[in-house]
Amino acid sequence: MMSTNRIISYAQAINEALKEEMALDDRVILLGEDIGSYGGVFKVTKGLFDEFGKERVIDTPISETGFIGAGVGAAMTGLKPVIEIMWIDFSLVAMDQIINQAAKMAYMSGGQTSVPMVIRTQGGGGRGNGAQHSQSLETLFAHIPGLKVVAPSTPYDAKGLLKSSIREGSPVIFIEHKMLYSQKGEVPEEEYTIPLGKADIKRSGKDVTIVTLSRMVQFSLEAAKELEKEGIDAEVIDLRTLVPLDIETVKESVKKTNRVVVVHEATRSYGWGAEIAARIQEEAFDDLDAPVQRVGAEDVPVPYNLNLEKEMLPQTKDIIQGVKKSLYLQMETV
Amino acid sequence: MQELLQTYHLNENNFNWDKNWFIQAWRIMNTIRVFEEKSIQIYKKGLMGGSLHSSIGQEAVAAGVCMNLKKDDYISITYRGRGQALAKGADPFQLFSEILGKKTGYCKGKGGPMHITSQELGILVANGIVGAGIPIAVGAGLSIKTLKKNQVSVAFFGDGATNQGAFHEALNLAAIYKLPVVFVCENNLYSEMTPIKNAVLNEHLAERGLAYRIPSIIVNGNDVRAVYEVAKQAVERARSGEGPTFIEAKTYRLLGHMIGDAETYRTKEEVEEWRQKEPIRYFRDVCLKQNVLNEKELDEIQQQVIQEIDIAYERAMKSEEPEMEEIFNDVY
Repeated sequence: MMSTNRIISYAQAINEALKEEMALDDRVILLGEDIGSYGGVFKVTKGLFDEFGKERVIDTPISETGFIGAGVGAAMTGLKPVIEIMWIDFSLVAMDQIINQAAKMAYMSGGQTSVPMVIRTQGGGGRGNGAQHSQSLETLFAHIPGLKVVAPSTPYDAKGLLKSSIREGSPVIFIEHKMLYSQKGEVPEEEYTIPLGKADIKRSGKDVTIVTLSRMVQFSLEAAKELEKEGIDAEVIDLRTLVPLDIETVKESVKKTNRVVVVHEATRSYGWGAEIAARIQEEAFDDLDAPVQRVGAEDVPVPYNLNLEKEMLPQTKDIIQGVKKSLYLQMETV
Repeated sequence: MQELLQTYHLNENNFNWDKNWFIQAWRIMNTIRVFEEKSIQIYKKGLMGGSLHSSIGQEAVAAGVCMNLKKDDYISITYRGRGQALAKGADPFQLFSEILGKKTGYCKGKGGPMHITSQELGILVANGIVGAGIPIAVGAGLSIKTLKKNQVSVAFFGDGATNQGAFHEALNLAAIYKLPVVFVCENNLYSEMTPIKNAVLNEHLAERGLAYRIPSIIVNGNDVRAVYEVAKQAVERARSGEGPTFIEAKTYRLLGHMIGDAETYRTKEEVEEWRQKEPIRYFRDVCLKQNVLNEKELDEIQQQVIQEIDIAYERAMKSEEPEMEEIFNDVY
């Protein structure tokens, strides 16, 4: 166990991961819009241009297909590109390069080609950015064999997972959350990494299991605190990565609690919550005392108005309601 | 600005009439032709899956460009790309094996005819998505520049690809970063089943290179000598750090988009007219007229090639299928 009291932000933690990996390995380069001397719109790459120069911190035109494609080609030929897509919504213009190219190179070539590339991006709502700048699209990527999908919830996890992602040797979609950038947390000075595919129990409990990731971990921990006042002891599992998926940690928890609520910020229908629910009923049906509950955003685009947005996205109260339903404590009111 | 767009005319007086060069060019073009003809037989016998897209009639572009490349130079090719793979040194046996889905294929039978890849030969990937390999070739150029290597990256694509966003974005990136990339547009006049003249107003696609301030050159894609000379300059420019070049090689796809194409979009007369100018016939005439190679020499090489291709095919036919476990290998 590392001892430290150093507190830094989620954005700083990501910055440190980039800086350390770039110092460690000359092949790591950064590509993205306004990431150079400007330091990125969320300031995640601040200072890296000065430290590593324009050969390794490369400002690109607004040309996602072009520079993700170039990232794929560069990754195939000896570099380890870390690409910043300013908003996850913008990745959609480059889906051919992500899904048809990056994800399939290793397989189509019979294992000759590898694409050690990370696409760093940020998603989620909460600050009135409207329908084209607020989406949670992790499920799109998780559905594609050949891509790994990471979505960290804390500064500590963000740093350790990004370092592992850069070393992973295959394409990783690393999804940050815009509302977490300024959130602070403990991050040790010492070097560490966190392996992909290992969920983290952010709170232990015995009555119900909440399975979640990214910003919804915070909301779930708040819900757990509220529920504690009513004598309900919730366990909060942060999946941290959707691919690889650590279903074992979830199943272990279900054995103990017999109840599950899956919480994601993405729209509910066809979201990854359905996948978790399906896996649990396939592999741990006998451990369940109640149907798996899903808490997600309403099935609509994200509205601009802050009040509407808040209502549309899952909040702490929705998680509390989901937990109570799984405990048969409250009938649905809506 | 206009000087960035040029049309190349071969000066026969200045051409190096080295016999070995002619033997090599003749051999490569015939290897492609015979390989493609054999592949069509395989397809018609129902021995392979999917579709087959022949490059018959376009052999001079593949040969003329790749004769300038070293083994460690990169090429990005397309679903019509077995010709370029052969010109880059691919083994017909491994190519046939891949087409037949055998474990001895370049991609262990998991890629197929549209996705020929060879790490060893610098064949980055053959793409089934029109235009998608162009940014990938640019990325290889970025690696070469960043890692300070002396290689070149060549993107092969067709006329249809020049209407894709990926093409435009890739050209712009190569231009602004001054990357060692050669863009080779094989303008065979048809984007799948659509005449390119119906799909773009530019008479010359090389104008699209000029749009990004990339030196762009139009060349007769059916004359392997002309293609070779143009590609030589482009490769030298790239190697010496002067940035990308765009080559529009005007050629003609003698067969349909894929085997089985009804070809209702063109006349038999048009095809026949181009058949008179096709690269192998054209090159044979040049060799004879200039007394570089005689009938006997030309025929002997052709016979050797036919034999080699037959042997490769027979061996590939006898090769094993991949094991079922292969389904789960190489995903990540």
